[in-house]
Amino acid sequence: MKYEVIVVGGGHAGCEASLACARKKHKTLLLTGNIKNIADMPCNPSIGGPAKGIVVREIDALGGEMGRNADKAALQIKMLNTKKGPAVQALRAQADKIVYPKEMLKTLQSTPNLEIKEGMVEHLDIKDNKIRGVILQDGTKITSDIVILTTGTYLKSQILTGCDKYFGGPHGEKNSKFLSDDLKKNGFKILRLKTGTPPRIKKDSIDFTQAQLETGDNICYTFSFDKKAYYDYTKQEPCYLIYTNEKTHNIIKENLSKSSMYGGYVEGVGPRYCPSIEDKVVRFSDKERHQLFLEPESIYYDDIYLQGFSTSMPHDIQEQMVHSLPGLQNATILKYAYAIEYDAIDPRQLKASLETKIIENLFTAGQINGTSGYEEAAGQGIIAGINAALKIEHKEPLILKRNEAYIGVLIDDLTTKGIKDPYRLLTSRAEYRLLLRHDNADLRLRKYGYDVGLITEKQYQDLLEKKENIASLEEKLKNTYITPQKDINKYLEHVNTSAIKDRISLYDLLKRPEIEINNIQKFITFNYPEDVIEQVTINAKYGGYIEKAQREARKMLDLEQKQIPDNIEYSKIPNIASEAKEKLEQIRPRTLRQAAMISGVNPSDIAILMVYLKKGAKND
Amino acid sequence: MNDTIAAVATAVGVGAISIIRLSGKDSIKIANEIFTGKDLEKAPTHTIHYGHIVDYETPIDEVLVTVMRAPRTYTKENVVEINCHGGINTTNKVLETVLNHGARLAEPGEFTKRAFLNGRLDLSQSEAVMDIIASQNNDDRICALKSLEGRTTKIIKAYRNELNDLISHIEVNIDYPEYQDIEIITKEKISQKLTNQIKELNEIIEQSEERQSLKAGIKTLIIGRPNVGKSSILNSLLEYDKAIVTNIEGTTRDLVEGNINIKGIPLNIIDTAGIRQTKDLIEQIGVQKSLDLISQADLILVILNGNEQLSAIDQELLEKTLHKTSIVVINKSDLKQHINIESLKDRNIVKTNTKTPAGLKDLKEKICELFNMDKISTLNLTYLSNARQISIAKQALDSLKQALNSLKNNLPVDIIQIDILDAFNKLGEIIGITYSEEVIDNLFRNFCVGK
Repeated sequence: MKYEVIVVGGGHAGCEASLACARKKHKTLLLTGNIKNIADMPCNPSIGGPAKGIVVREIDALGGEMGRNADKAALQIKMLNTKKGPAVQALRAQADKIVYPKEMLKTLQSTPNLEIKEGMVEHLDIKDNKIRGVILQDGTKITSDIVILTTGTYLKSQILTGCDKYFGGPHGEKNSKFLSDDLKKNGFKILRLKTGTPPRIKKDSIDFTQAQLETGDNICYTFSFDKKAYYDYTKQEPCYLIYTNEKTHNIIKENLSKSSMYGGYVEGVGPRYCPSIEDKVVRFSDKERHQLFLEPESIYYDDIYLQGFSTSMPHDIQEQMVHSLPGLQNATILKYAYAIEYDAIDPRQLKASLETKIIENLFTAGQINGTSGYEEAAGQGIIAGINAALKIEHKEPLILKRNEAYIGVLIDDLTTKGIKDPYRLLTSRAEYRLLLRHDNADLRLRKYGYDVGLITEKQYQDLLEKKENIASLEEKLKNTYITPQKDINKYLEHVNTSAIKDRISLYDLLKRPEIEINNIQKFITFNYPEDVIEQVTINAKYGGYIEKAQREARKMLDLEQKQIPDNIEYSKIPNIASEAKEKLEQIRPRTLRQAAMISGVNPSDIAILMVYLKKGAKND
Repeated sequence: MNDTIAAVATAVGVGAISIIRLSGKDSIKIANEIFTGKDLEKAPTHTIHYGHIVDYETPIDEVLVTVMRAPRTYTKENVVEINCHGGINTTNKVLETVLNHGARLAEPGEFTKRAFLNGRLDLSQSEAVMDIIASQNNDDRICALKSLEGRTTKIIKAYRNELNDLISHIEVNIDYPEYQDIEIITKEKISQKLTNQIKELNEIIEQSEERQSLKAGIKTLIIGRPNVGKSSILNSLLEYDKAIVTNIEGTTRDLVEGNINIKGIPLNIIDTAGIRQTKDLIEQIGVQKSLDLISQADLILVILNGNEQLSAIDQELLEKTLHKTSIVVINKSDLKQHINIESLKDRNIVKTNTKTPAGLKDLKEKICELFNMDKISTLNLTYLSNARQISIAKQALDSLKQALNSLKNNLPVDIIQIDILDAFNKLGEIIGITYSEEVIDNLFRNFCVGK
């Protein structure tokens, strides 16, 4: 059996990776422990949110599947941060946990060049630091040019509740016992991480009258730029909000030593942004209550996800804790909360293409790289898939820059800075977030998707048309003026903006914070799609800031231009501090910009490195 | 950085001992070649040795030599310090000998530069050392030393932490929009916080600039009609205080004639050389030019002849200097006085004559009073110690002002945050933090969020 690409693991990273390879017409095999669990959502029943929602649009812009698939599975959809400005708005959807995997599997199965098989990979077939394929548990050897590992939390995973600890993956799946040892043997540094998930409650055992109703937006939003409405936005499922109380906190405090975390049963490092409820109660002891969301998992079954209540307490304590909550006094727990520990590799051992530095043609994506979140996984998955295919095609890898995509920020952070706890994207991680908006992901990335062959001609033509429309509307507004006539000024004052003294272009008028596009349409008639109007409005209103961000980005790119040769020997550079030498040697940054971002590498070290590189250039 | 550098490490002509410092891999070898006494190449690190410096058997001076081996030295290189007798001739002769045996004369600040490049100092520490080298009086030295101990770093860190609290609060609202328990920071609150931060940074900058001008020297203009005694007062001041450090070179050369140090206060006398040659400022270059000089000066000594009545020119000079820091010096007080003191009652007045030194002493004291070093020293030294730091701080201040302005113009919080973050990062540059996860760390430390 010979494939061009083998993808190990059918989670969100694996789906995007295998789709990208197969769509680029490379013979691809997706290996999974259980076909039924492909594209499974083992934790929260939602996709998107701040930063993450933008990643979903980026995946869509590049020709990935997550956006479209989330649209198909949407139970409720909401635009977040609408009042906080254009840079930080993002979509978040509650996604049906039955529909999402089902639709994804359908897509995978109908994609030519893609084969799906069940099988647990035990070993990697490596010769001379180059991958040749994988060896399954039953000894079957499958050869391929490229292997992409997207094994999620399954590497040596252990499930923890209280002092109970057993080997296994999420959803009672088998875990992978030997793969991480194999990686270790080949020189990879292995990290032990931890995450957790809250209990699931039987829907009809909850008294929702004691909870606050949380509904979606009454607008048909979609993640995908194809804007196809797969779901009925008039029939959205509600979520509910409740709070913990003193009783809950007392139960937790009294039983703290029974939790896996506080009982000392966990060795892995948990994510800071996803603390367990016992963590919240201990660390923020002055808070009288913590907020919890009741979220539907699917319309096809009864589970309600208790967001904010992840815990590693034993089952009996979980019962007490849940029953202390308002409306959940008589609740039935369908699945208990648990913590999970798993192995990951230090992502600083990866190139920006997501190929490992140690083993040629071996790529990794998703939680194995120390991230958390479906969106972060999928974002890496599509990049690993694209770059695996490009490698086969002997082409340069696609590396998105920090000023081009959140996916770029994510991969750059991982590969240059490494991680301490499971990595989650936050808008604050992006220096140029005004450039990385959810509304312009297509303008930023569709061209890349088209160039690598994942975006169709039709989709690309649509993009070009959108660009032309934006230019033409801007042109129109810049060339249409209003003059200080009485009725005009009267109208302006009526909409709470100051009267004009000289003639002013409509474009300049639109720059005023009080003026919206419908005010402009008072003076001019035009017919453009809404997304075109949105772009023009944002460009007009925030143009100065956008330019400033672009200037900053250019500065960063200048440092990025200063390449560090692959064969540089840091030990031979005099005067660099030994800590910096060690870090540089370990991470081997490609550029001075990356070197400067490494903690422990000081400006003086960068200055010396810069001088050394210049000298080298002269000597050559 | 492969060569060995040498320089006189102490102030020339001051003190009983001069130190010649060598740094570089050959510094011990070079010192050994010109040293009679113990074999320095075998000397353990951080030891002092008695002997003589000889230049090819010609004895030059009796010395103590300190041997410090890399890396535990200031520059992290081999360092030798030769303690010789003070005095310009001996010192120069020892330095020459060192240079004749293979060392190169160090450029100003080169030891510090090496310390920096060898990773011994961080950016703000090495700037502080440069300041010590350049500092001209004791008070500045204290400031520079404080900075060395990370004083600047501490101030900026504390200030940045406050800013970080504001930033993380805004960020947590953005990244966790549905946390109803986390207070949504209102525009009013941001505005209030920004106003305070702007005020605070403004104060830091203002104090720093005040210090900058002190460090550079107080630009002092001695002005008056011909023959009122300008030259004699200048000469007496020079005579009185022997501590003329140097004629300042470089950028200020064409402005400043001399540098007088009065009780630690450096006075830069604005060039009146031309005036003295041509006898009179007012006649030769006109009132307009003298007014230009007045506007540039930090201190103006208006010299009047007490023996004569105030002339129209005197009146004009008095008027033009009314709102400047100025001292009216009524010279020739030993002669019959014709000036109505009552008309000058709002001014600082000192009476002098060339016969007795009392008047000059009064003048000195008046200057000290006006530039009260004691008062300045008791300020809590919350200032930045060089021009680069001040300039970056000003950029940060501009960004904060811009943020406040955007807030008033009702721009959304993500736009306002751009300028606040900009200020935060700029301030990081002062203390050499180019990249950090502080915001994210602070966010998770202070807010309880998560699924």
